[in-house]
Amino acid sequence: MHKTTEIIIAGFGGQGVLSMGQTIAYSAMQDSLETSWMPSYGPEMRGGTANCTVIVSDGRISSPLVSRYDVGIVLNQPSLDKFEKLIKPGGLLMFEDSTVVHPPTRDDITILRIAASEEALRMEKKQIANMIMLGAFLKVRPIVSIDAVLKALMKVLPERHHHLIPLNEQALKRGAELVIQQLEHV
Amino acid sequence: MNRNESEVRLMKGNEAMAEAAIRVGIHAYFGYPITPQSEVLEYLMEEMPEDGGVVLQAESEVASINMVYGAAGAGTRVMTSSSSPGISLMQEGISYIAAAELPCLIVNVNRGGPGLGTIQPSQGDYFQSVKGGGHGDYRLLVLAPNSVQEMVDFVFEGFRLAEKYRNPILLLADGALGQMMEKVELPPAGSLPHVVPEWATRGKAANRSQNIVTSLHIEPENMEKVNIHLQAKYETMKVEVRSESLNTEDAEIVLVAYGLSARIAEKACDLAREKGIRAGLLRPITLFPYPEAAIGALAESGNVENFLVLEMNAGQMVEDVRLAVNGRKPVHFYGRMGGMIPSPEDVLHEIEKIVEHSSVKA
Repeated sequence: MHKTTEIIIAGFGGQGVLSMGQTIAYSAMQDSLETSWMPSYGPEMRGGTANCTVIVSDGRISSPLVSRYDVGIVLNQPSLDKFEKLIKPGGLLMFEDSTVVHPPTRDDITILRIAASEEALRMEKKQIANMIMLGAFLKVRPIVSIDAVLKALMKVLPERHHHLIPLNEQALKRGAELVIQQLEHV
Repeated sequence: MNRNESEVRLMKGNEAMAEAAIRVGIHAYFGYPITPQSEVLEYLMEEMPEDGGVVLQAESEVASINMVYGAAGAGTRVMTSSSSPGISLMQEGISYIAAAELPCLIVNVNRGGPGLGTIQPSQGDYFQSVKGGGHGDYRLLVLAPNSVQEMVDFVFEGFRLAEKYRNPILLLADGALGQMMEKVELPPAGSLPHVVPEWATRGKAANRSQNIVTSLHIEPENMEKVNIHLQAKYETMKVEVRSESLNTEDAEIVLVAYGLSARIAEKACDLAREKGIRAGLLRPITLFPYPEAAIGALAESGNVENFLVLEMNAGQMVEDVRLAVNGRKPVHFYGRMGGMIPSPEDVLHEIEKIVEHSSVKA
């Protein structure tokens, strides 16, 4: 049986939802895994919500679109409202602390609240919130290696931003630390 | 990027297809932007090498296809791409190109219709693609990729077939295949050499008679001869038929689906197998010629009790499946329309309904 992880990443346009998904997909490729990345590309992308489905597997990927997910990474309330019910029992739901007023209520999945935006502000670069979230996710579900993520960032980030890769690495580490604290708290 | 070597990359379907077009060595691309395929034109504009082919945004799709007609007549390797409404505008030109027997590649990244419709993925253009679209008795050879890899492979295969048969080739994708990213292996440039055909109209040499490319044969006796010739050619094209079978050997229910639907159907078959239902998939890869023999053989098979056709339309290819099955087994249909994508669970539900009903009858 193949090990497959089906992930939905959702939030407002501009929160780095699509690029977080691309980073996972590029990383999976670096780790010689199969992967697919499917964006929402409708009118909702302009100012509204954006999402992408990423699948990572050690075997052939059939449908690039699914209606139930192993993992949900949601960065705003509308996405949480939409996707909480679509996480498979036993799955993982991570959400951004600062944008969610009504937290998820399910008790058959692992729920992690990550203050990624707040932490990004503390690191004086609000754009790296999605990397903090990714670091937290990969600590809980190490489906790709951090090494692969760093190589992937070389591809995802335009060359003029390559000097930011060390900062991204820090953000990944910070995310991992945040999630460890929270897991201890649970 | 060294295009003389093969390369593995993570790419969007549209961009991978455009990169394949550069590597196959197109001399010209003519197109007009339309979602969800505008990345093809954008990518070619940015990436086509200085000494590579012409990339031109025409004033309309009607202009694009007629530029393709001209460039193909001059014996160049030429392509265009668009999405559903734009492909509708091209139909007159496509009929002319088919009649004039010119090779070219036309890509349709199908979106939801009818009308201006929606930018979301659809398979509503099946009839248009395989039953004509334009006027007269002509056929396109239609390739239906179901992955980013096949978007690339079928650019190469498309030009090989176009030049072999002197016929326009249609690559029929959909918005999801155009927008999604997957791992893809790009073949090296130069792997499909191009030879200027002797019929090309690019200046008459003193040592040969005039080449004429036309679709006008005003005398019906002549027009019928052209038609007889075309029909004979379309018969010979039938050897190019292609399909893929997954777990059909012991299947009690066979799903038939192409493109993105085939990916969804494959997942639905896996879900059905987990529930003890022996489901298999027959995926047509060429839509013309149609894999009627492969479907016919499954209709003859003792273990197959039902067929289920899955499409992102109101039921178009299902007609060809019914012709191939020819009443031997029940053929069911499930589809979503207008840019909605069926989920694997929806399809599983249909499979369960059919199998349950079948066992009640038995």
